[in-house]
Amino acid sequence: MAGVPVTVRVQREDFDLAAEVQALSAGRHDIGAVVTFSGLCRDEAGALSALELEHYPGMAEAEITRICEEAATRFGLQAVSAIHRFGKILPGENIVLVVTASPHRQAAFNGANFIMDFLKTSAPFWKKEHAADGIARGWVSAKDEDDSARDRWSKN
Amino acid sequence: MTTVNLVYFAWVRERIGRAEETLELPDGIVTAGDLLAHLKTLGEEYEAALEHENVIRVAINQEHVEHDEPIAGAREIALFPPMTGG
Repeated sequence: MAGVPVTVRVQREDFDLAAEVQALSAGRHDIGAVVTFSGLCRDEAGALSALELEHYPGMAEAEITRICEEAATRFGLQAVSAIHRFGKILPGENIVLVVTASPHRQAAFNGANFIMDFLKTSAPFWKKEHAADGIARGWVSAKDEDDSARDRWSKN
Repeated sequence: MTTVNLVYFAWVRERIGRAEETLELPDGIVTAGDLLAHLKTLGEEYEAALEHENVIRVAINQEHVEHDEPIAGAREIALFPPMTGG
């Protein structure tokens, strides 16, 4: 869908949910629904002291943009923003943000859900866990359920 | 001989021991899969990184490709594990 504003940022610094929603909807009177999804770093019941996120500069932005544009077309979104952080992220801190806007709520909900399912399996980011006891826990393994979550979008 | 620019990420990068390199490839390497098979002959660090060849993801010029994709003309070929962002 040509002309739909798609904003993608890959950055080390934190983001502000309210500011991103404001930036996406400011000055517009056609948007009826805004959905935000944010993903945070868990501490795994105290076992985890941090996540280290590695990414592929250039491809990370390009791949998230491809996913957001596909979602905009598929669900008729009016605007999309996606931000993914990299570097060391502590429990309780933000990792990822997706904001979608549409005339009615279902498209915005579905669009955000679609973007997250594809982002998890196709955007070139890798998480490494730092344990609270100082012992490295290594790289997070990809989950089959994430592949299943992505594949359900091609079943209809 | 063909020259390729390779970049590695996450545990592929750690096991090979470098983030990027430029290699001369012998003739007969046509696809991304051929490239993986060739790299595994270059030393035990490559063997360790690419042991489970079917899980290794390949991107050519920053776009995902399958292992049967031809690599001719690629500016940059990336090898990495399944992604775990989000």
